[in-house]
Amino acid sequence: MAAAPAAGGVARGRGVTSFQRKAAAGSRLAAVAGTRPSVRHGQLLLSSGLPSLDCVLGGGVAVGTLLLIEEDKYGLYSNLLYKYFLAEGVVCGHDLFVASAKEHPDNILKELPAPLLDDTHRNELGEEATAVKSEDFQDSMKIAWRYQNLPKMEASPTTSTKFGHYYDVSKTMSPELFQSIKCHSFYLPEELSLQAKMKTCNMNSAYTRLLESIHRIIYQEGFDGSDPQKKQKNILRIGIQSLGSMLWGDDICSSDTPEDVHSLTKFLYVLRGLLRKSLSACIITVPAHLIQNKAIMERVTNLSDTVVGLESFIGSERETNPLYKDYHGLVHVHQIPRLNSLICDVSDTKDLAFRLKRKLFTIEVFLMRRRHVTYAKKVRSLQQLIRAAISTILRHPSVRKPHLEIQRLRDVSDLTRTRGVGPPPPNSRPC
Amino acid sequence: QGKFTLLRDTRTDGSFLVHHFLSFYLRAGCKVCFVALLQSFSHYNIVAQKLGISLTAAKERGQLVFLEGLKSCLDLLFGEEEEQSGHPSPLQFISESTSNLKALFDFVRTSLTPADSDSWKGPVLLVDDLSVLLSLGAAPVAVLDFIHYCRVVVCSQLKGNIVVLVHSNEDSEDEENELVVNSLCHHSDLILWVEGLATGFCKDVHGQIKIIRRVSLELTAEQDLVQIYQYKIQDKNVTFFARGLSAAVL
Repeated sequence: MAAAPAAGGVARGRGVTSFQRKAAAGSRLAAVAGTRPSVRHGQLLLSSGLPSLDCVLGGGVAVGTLLLIEEDKYGLYSNLLYKYFLAEGVVCGHDLFVASAKEHPDNILKELPAPLLDDTHRNELGEEATAVKSEDFQDSMKIAWRYQNLPKMEASPTTSTKFGHYYDVSKTMSPELFQSIKCHSFYLPEELSLQAKMKTCNMNSAYTRLLESIHRIIYQEGFDGSDPQKKQKNILRIGIQSLGSMLWGDDICSSDTPEDVHSLTKFLYVLRGLLRKSLSACIITVPAHLIQNKAIMERVTNLSDTVVGLESFIGSERETNPLYKDYHGLVHVHQIPRLNSLICDVSDTKDLAFRLKRKLFTIEVFLMRRRHVTYAKKVRSLQQLIRAAISTILRHPSVRKPHLEIQRLRDVSDLTRTRGVGPPPPNSRPC
Repeated sequence: QGKFTLLRDTRTDGSFLVHHFLSFYLRAGCKVCFVALLQSFSHYNIVAQKLGISLTAAKERGQLVFLEGLKSCLDLLFGEEEEQSGHPSPLQFISESTSNLKALFDFVRTSLTPADSDSWKGPVLLVDDLSVLLSLGAAPVAVLDFIHYCRVVVCSQLKGNIVVLVHSNEDSEDEENELVVNSLCHHSDLILWVEGLATGFCKDVHGQIKIIRRVSLELTAEQDLVQIYQYKIQDKNVTFFARGLSAAVL
C-alpha cells in the first residue's frame, strides 16, 4: 500500500477528522488511549467492550462510526451491550456521553459491570472457561465433527490485552474508576424543560435537543479538533438508549402510520455527520421489533455503519428446544461498514449466538450439538468390543510391538466415535 | 455522451462502482460534480488514491466539485447565519417544510455549466446515493423531478453523463424507494445491477452484477441486452468473471 499522506479532508483548516490515516510512520499521532489502528486501512478502532463482538466486527468499532444494536424482545441483552460499551470507555479513560429517555444516566453509570483487571479474577474466569470447555469436550462432536476445530470466536481470557477487556456482570464498577472520567449526560425529562436553540428542521423535538447537546459537547470539549492547544486527544463514547421508542416522543413503535416517518432518519443522518468529523463513536439501541413500518428500519440500516441484531430465546419455543440449550439467543450481523476501502473485514461465520454465563457474556459461533444418550451407550459398548479385540490380538505370539498397537487402536476408536461410522467387525485387524 | 447510468444494489454494497466511475471520469479529463451524501470526503479520497487519483488535486484544479452532504447538513443546522450569506445551502430542503430539491439542482447546474476558462471534456454528475434523499424527507416525486431537471441540463444541453446510485431490496417495504428506483430504471440507458448471491455469503464471490443495456429505448424493436457476471472485490480492483467460474473454483 502506498504510503499516502494523510488526507483528512481538512483543506478548510478545521482540524483532525476521524478518518485521517494513522498508519504513517508512527510518530505522527501519539496513540489515543484505548484505540488501535486497523490492519487493513489504518482506521482507528475502539473496543466495543466485548472482545468476541470485536472479532465479529473485524477488529472493533471504528472511530467516527455508529454501532446500531437492534434490541432483543425485552431489551435485556442489548442493554448489556450498551453498558459494556460505556464500561470499556471508563476503563480506557474515554469521555462518556450517556443519553436515555427512561433511566437517569447516573443510574446507568452506577450499574456498569466491573472490569476483570486482576490476575486473580482472570484465573477465576479462566477456570470457569476451562470447566465449560472440558464438559463440552466429553460430548465433543459426533456428527458435526468438522466444526470441532473452528475457533470459538472468543479470545482467551488469560491473555492480557490493552485493547478489549472482560467484565464481570455480577458486580458493578467501583466509583473510583469514574473519578478521572468526564461523563456528560442527557436525560430527556430534564432536558425538555429547556429551550431548544437549534434550527428545527421538522424533526422531533427530543431528537433536536439531543443533537444540539451532542454538538455542543463535541465542540466545547474539542473532539472535532477545533482546539489545537489540546495535546492529549481523547475519544468521546456516546451511548443512546432505546432510540425511536415512545419515550423519545416518536410514534414509529406504536403506530402503523406514524406521523413523522423522517425524524429518526434525519437524526441519524445529522449524527453521522457529527461522528464523522470528530473523534467519537456511538452506540444506539433501537427497539426494532416494535417498529411496524419496516421501511423505516431499512432506511435506518442504510444510514448506520455497523448494524447488529440480537434475538433472544426468552418466551420463544427455542428456549426449551434442546438444540439451543447452550445459548440464550442469536446474533445477526446485518451490516459492516466499508471504510476507506473497497472491501471490509467480514468474518466468515455467519451463524452466531450469544450466551450469558454466570459472569461473562460471549458471542460464539453457533454450533448445534446433539446429545444422544443411546448413541453414547452404543459407543461405549463398541469401545468394550475393541478392547476385547485388542487383548485377544495381543495374546497372539506374533505380535511384536504391543504399545504401538494399543495406541493405534485408540485412534481407531476415536475415529469411530467422532465420525459415527458403524462398528468394525470384531475380527478385523487394526489399520 | 448524454447517457444516464443507474447503479442499483440489492442485498449488498454497490459503492465500489461509484469509486470506479469517479476515478474513471476524472482520469478521462471530464468535469465531475460529485454529490456525496453518505460518506465523508476523506473516505472517497483514500479509496481514489488506491485507484490512482487524487481528489484533493482534482478539486484544486477545478475538475472536481465535491458536495459533502454530511458537512453541508451540519453547516445548515448548526451554522451561524453569517456563513450562509450569498449561497443558499444545497440541502436546504431538510430544514424547510417544502420538500423541494431546487437548491440542490441549482448547485449542480452552476457547478457543471462550463465557464470560459474551462477546458474539460463533457460534464458528469455523480450521485451517491439517491435513497438518502428520501430518508431526509424529500418526496419521491421531488427526487424524480430533480433527476429529470438534471437530465435536461446535463445530458441534453451539456451533452454530459449522469451516474446515480440507488439501493433497492426485493421484498422491500419501502414503497417510496421502490417507486423511485423503478422509475429511474425505465429512464436509464445503462443499468448496472449489483446483487448479493442468492445463496448467501461467499468469501470468493462477493456478488453478481447484471449489466442491462437499454437498447429498447432506441425504438429499433430490439430487446435489452443483459449480461451477468460475478465479481470479487479486492483491495485495489475488482475482478469479474463468468458465473460459476471464480478462481477459487477453477
